[in-house]
Amino acid sequence: MKEKYMTHIKSRNGWFDINIKELFQYKDLILLFTKRDISVMYKQTILGPLWLILNPLITVLLYSFVFGSVAGLSTDGSPHLAFYLTSNALWSYFATCLSQTSTTFTTNAAIFGKVYFPRLTMPISTVVTGILNLLVQIMMLVVALFLYKLQGIPIGTNCNILLVPVLILQIALLGLGCGIIVSALTTKYRDLVIVVTFGVQLWMYASPVVYSVTQIPAGIYTVYMLNPVAPIISVWRYAFLGSGIPPYFYWGISWITTILILFIGIVLFSKVEKTFMDTV
Amino acid sequence: MTDTMIKIENLKKRYRLGTIGGTTLNAELKSWWARKRGKEDPNLKLDQSYSSVIKTFWALDGINLEVKRGEALGIIGANGAGKSTLLKILSRVTAPTEGDIWLNGRVSSMLEVGTGFHGELTGRENIYMNGAILGMSKKEIDTKIDSIIEFSECRQFIDTPVKRYSSGMYVKLAFAVASHLDSEILVMDEVLAVGDMKFQKKCLGKMGDVAANEGRTVLYVSHNMATIRNLCTRCVVLNKGKMIYDGSVEDAIAVYMDANRGNLQKMYDFSEAPRSSNIFGKKVHINRFEFLNKEMPTYFPYEDLIFRINWTGIEDTGELRVRLEIHFADSTSAGMAESKVFSKSYVGTEQESTFRFPLKNLAGGSYYFRLSIFTLESGGGYHVAVDEGASNIYFEVEDYVVDQTRWLRQYWGSVRFDNIELLEE
Repeated sequence: MKEKYMTHIKSRNGWFDINIKELFQYKDLILLFTKRDISVMYKQTILGPLWLILNPLITVLLYSFVFGSVAGLSTDGSPHLAFYLTSNALWSYFATCLSQTSTTFTTNAAIFGKVYFPRLTMPISTVVTGILNLLVQIMMLVVALFLYKLQGIPIGTNCNILLVPVLILQIALLGLGCGIIVSALTTKYRDLVIVVTFGVQLWMYASPVVYSVTQIPAGIYTVYMLNPVAPIISVWRYAFLGSGIPPYFYWGISWITTILILFIGIVLFSKVEKTFMDTV
Repeated sequence: MTDTMIKIENLKKRYRLGTIGGTTLNAELKSWWARKRGKEDPNLKLDQSYSSVIKTFWALDGINLEVKRGEALGIIGANGAGKSTLLKILSRVTAPTEGDIWLNGRVSSMLEVGTGFHGELTGRENIYMNGAILGMSKKEIDTKIDSIIEFSECRQFIDTPVKRYSSGMYVKLAFAVASHLDSEILVMDEVLAVGDMKFQKKCLGKMGDVAANEGRTVLYVSHNMATIRNLCTRCVVLNKGKMIYDGSVEDAIAVYMDANRGNLQKMYDFSEAPRSSNIFGKKVHINRFEFLNKEMPTYFPYEDLIFRINWTGIEDTGELRVRLEIHFADSTSAGMAESKVFSKSYVGTEQESTFRFPLKNLAGGSYYFRLSIFTLESGGGYHVAVDEGASNIYFEVEDYVVDQTRWLRQYWGSVRFDNIELLEE
């Protein structure tokens, strides 16, 4: 072009045509979406924000009854409630990120069809919104650990606790990455929505959420740890409870997997967002 | 600094017709694998080939356009001409199949008012939300919020959730946000047809301002020729994905009126067409109907509709009259017009008559009528149709706003009565 133009809309888009700079220009929008989602979350409910506490509490009580008492799975000596509270906090955040971002295109088709803004703002704000839930659960966990301490039950919280923000960031990126891969594919194949529902369930049982890593036979340990979520939860649980051995090596591999998945996700997402209105 | 704000080169957009792909991953993979090995696709019917299944059409077929700073460009064309597709590509909702667009500035598009409004949020919160979606930063909105609230005429309710708003208020608020966008290019799809009359006028004024005084570029799609005339300085006509005219507004409207008239035709041949079974006593047979004073039946309200009917008598009948039952295009009734006795019919004789129907009382819009020839029962004034035209006959009346109010159909229907006359000062 002889003249200088600000924007160029072209028909051929390469695989790596990703506009991250533009995403930063729309950071206000991400915050607004987050604010909106949080403020309308419990509108017109009786218990309101109390659900933020009730929801995980019921889940954890259920886990400790079914997996702890009935099935008698080992918790490596940690109190049942603390054990399940720890893993459930991180897992439920991951599951929410994954399943909610995976429907980005289909649920927002109406607004995407009318106005342009970087589509990635939507899944990112979903992931940010989920943090609220996670923080509430961490708070519950801290209260629970404190109460145990008062009763004289030994809790092995250690300096690995400093890794918590890094772990949260990683699980968020992983959830986002998986979610947007699915969302990019669901624009064409709706079956994937159903697969995700099952997949998340299965994935939970393939990760040390309701049991401890020590119960994994040595023979499949390596394969087991290739699941990027497994090392994250192990390190996370070690940080809070001091139980098990933190698998730092596999955690490194898990980071590589996370970055890879996120990258593939962003590439697929950017590819699809340009024309998905024609296929959705 | 260049003055060209939008430059479109050979823009094309292809859509596939019918179902897209194999719809499930499994079926698609099978088809792909079969094609890859050069075998028969298991998902195709026996006599199909791959390329025959996928039918495509070009919604836009090679558009070239340059728009300068400060221009207000109208885009007109019949339904399906590609107007909305063009706007969608310009606002980056979807990508073109071929071609390039260069834009010199931010684009804000209003393909719909109130995009992203959330019922649970208050008016104020929605202003921020909607503004951010349309590309404003929080700081920008902060500086403009007062003027936005003022424009929306909703100050009293600004901290109430918008789900409690009337639809009019909703639209006003949405438009207020959109009209305060700072972008150099404004793309609009017939959004001005909202709100009450006073507000519409305000919007039109604001839009005119935006182009003329602030030097921004406006692209406006509408079916309403009156707003196009009011707002635009230049106009293009699209027809079946191609640009058939680019130039002055008046000429463009003339071109548009002549082309693109899908169901408008000059002549209707009913000689062979079967009649509906409910005609009571068929005594004549209408052979042809023809508009005489136009090549295409589009009229201004000050014109007359002149038509000729050719019919053949089946029985000897006296005192024939002709009647037009006029409907607006959305099939709401507009009214009825009939003639006095104009002829008699004789068995086997073909006759022709020409009629004049003044249109001054019809508001602008698309209409059709059922044509019938009938007789009156003596005494009661009941009519007996002796033949009807076999199909609806379409015509259009142009919006004509000179020294009178622009017509608002939703309030007033289709009939503009004669002017009230002043009797004494």
